[in-house]
Amino acid sequence: MLQTAEPESQTKTKTPPHPRYLEAFRFMLQTRIFEDKLGALYRGGMIVGGVYLGRGQEAVSAACGLSLRKGDVFAPLIRDQAGRAAFGEPLLDPARTYLGSKLGPMRGRDGNIHRGRPKNGQLAMISHLGAMIPVVVGSLMAKRWRGEKDFVGLATIGEGGMQTGASHEGINIAAVEKVPFVLVATNNRFAYSTPNDRQFGCVDLIDRAVAYGYDGHTVDGTNLTECLEVIGNAVERARAGGPPQMVVANVLRLAGHGEHDDASYVPPEMRGESFARDSVKVAEELIIAQELMTTDELRQLHEEIVAEVNEAVNTAQSDPTPRASEDDWRALAQHNLVDQLS
Amino acid sequence: MSITYLEAIREAQSRALREDDRVYIYGQDIAGKFGGAFKATKGLPEQFPRRVLNSPISEDAMIGTAIGAAMEGMRPIVEMQFADFSSIALNQILNNAGTMYYRTQIPCPITVRLPSGGTKGSGPFHSQSMEGLYAHYPGLVVVTPATVEDAYSMLLEAVAIDDPVIYCEHKYLYYHLKADALPTENLPIGKARIVRPGRDLTIVTYSAMVHEALAVAEEFSADGFQIEVVDLRSVKPLDTNTVLASVARTGRLLCVGEAFPWGGVTAEVIARVAAEGFHLLDAAPQRVNAKDTPIPYHPNLWSEHRPNKASIAAKARQILAE
Repeated sequence: MLQTAEPESQTKTKTPPHPRYLEAFRFMLQTRIFEDKLGALYRGGMIVGGVYLGRGQEAVSAACGLSLRKGDVFAPLIRDQAGRAAFGEPLLDPARTYLGSKLGPMRGRDGNIHRGRPKNGQLAMISHLGAMIPVVVGSLMAKRWRGEKDFVGLATIGEGGMQTGASHEGINIAAVEKVPFVLVATNNRFAYSTPNDRQFGCVDLIDRAVAYGYDGHTVDGTNLTECLEVIGNAVERARAGGPPQMVVANVLRLAGHGEHDDASYVPPEMRGESFARDSVKVAEELIIAQELMTTDELRQLHEEIVAEVNEAVNTAQSDPTPRASEDDWRALAQHNLVDQLS
Repeated sequence: MSITYLEAIREAQSRALREDDRVYIYGQDIAGKFGGAFKATKGLPEQFPRRVLNSPISEDAMIGTAIGAAMEGMRPIVEMQFADFSSIALNQILNNAGTMYYRTQIPCPITVRLPSGGTKGSGPFHSQSMEGLYAHYPGLVVVTPATVEDAYSMLLEAVAIDDPVIYCEHKYLYYHLKADALPTENLPIGKARIVRPGRDLTIVTYSAMVHEALAVAEEFSADGFQIEVVDLRSVKPLDTNTVLASVARTGRLLCVGEAFPWGGVTAEVIARVAAEGFHLLDAAPQRVNAKDTPIPYHPNLWSEHRPNKASIAAKARQILAE
């Protein structure tokens, strides 16, 4: 992608701090531009239902998606646009799902961040937090039974989601079943509007790792290099047969819970904390400072992504929408077992 | 040779494991020599040590893992130790398994075995009948076998079905019910069965209450009343046609279910008959359910909490007198 855009006259003087740094950055930037567009569409009344952005979590999420490969299982949550894209989801999928296209993966039957393509290993989340963790575990058990090798499953969660009973059961059962599982928990300081001190009583969520029988890692979620290294290593350790891995990433959510929420409950002084940095900006500054790209190249990349985003959105907007008269209204795969209600 | 309802469940699982290596059983205390709280898997772990697995006490995660495995092509059977504890897994069953196919078009073939219904001294948390609750939600098939033959064939069929199946096995029937042999063929899930023909009154019921209804029908035959008993077999899908055909013959309807009285299977049957067969009715349709309290522990209370021969007979007499 990026390497083909290099003008001959400009040579890069330094190697990136991680071999996949620029690749990850592209997904982060794409996410930012795409999500800004979603926000604008939402405010323009073009999107039915909520819009949930990953602003502030792009580095963590991109690192999750990039650390996985085909044959792995990924259970993203609501702030994982970057990770979903990095795991192979085309931009058309979120565009179509948010804009209610009949041609999207959910065909209008579910919306926004609930999309997925389970056949490609990307699960379609339900809203109940922690519920996808054991589903990943079960998928991994099945792969093991089938004799597949070198696979791994990764679920993301937030510091709020970590407090559900379902999360506890799921985290524990992964260790009991000894599956190659990675949990990436992003503490973005607010579960909707509720701060950490009303979510948990331990000093740091990573303290739980050892109690569950996991390897534990913390990472500065604003630092892409660290995210790629820590999450990448955790994934590889799990893949190599190590115990389940827990990564706790620290960031600040740089958006409301959804676009309907102005996040006025975030204390202004918190925005000055180091964990409150914008990972996209931090990465961009590093790229310029270390001369990994020129400002021209960066601008070009930006324009290229804007074009991609516009194309996806335009396509989704011109797609047919679902019609009630065309839905078969059947919730069962076996149509012969559908109850004949009059 | 004779085989009990519980043995039929064990035999069905044994056959499913033997014939299909995608099948595995997951549940609490089911593995090793122990073989489950009710011994429904006894002997199976020795034959299939990798496919009969003890789970932690994590009902939510038990179903969650089954969903993940099913999406990957496995055919999990999850044993809840008691139906009552499946409340912990409601979210996974209703919101994850039940929505999976409609949302993603990926089938979710899991079988959830619920040891259901009351037995003496079991109390509020080991006696529940949850079929109505599960049937209320879309995306699930709910079966309630009342005979040894159905326990066997419907469990095998449940495993083969591409959708989540809630298999409600009645604990009272485990040892009380015996058959001479396992069936070689049976009605498919979705078809009700007329277990006793009659012309004066139709009792529609399912699971253990089929046997209470049959006892009442026998008692009434001495007075010259012929009661037809319909065993629904599956409460979802619900075989409305067989029920309507029976009511067309008898003109009178009584629905009996062991679950709590508000809503549920009996209300659903009456609603359908009232809507589609109102002209067939010669008397107001009635129902008998458990009482609207938690299920009491003491046998003196419990035996009056659930429908029993006396309460069913009293209601039957009332309808026949109209």
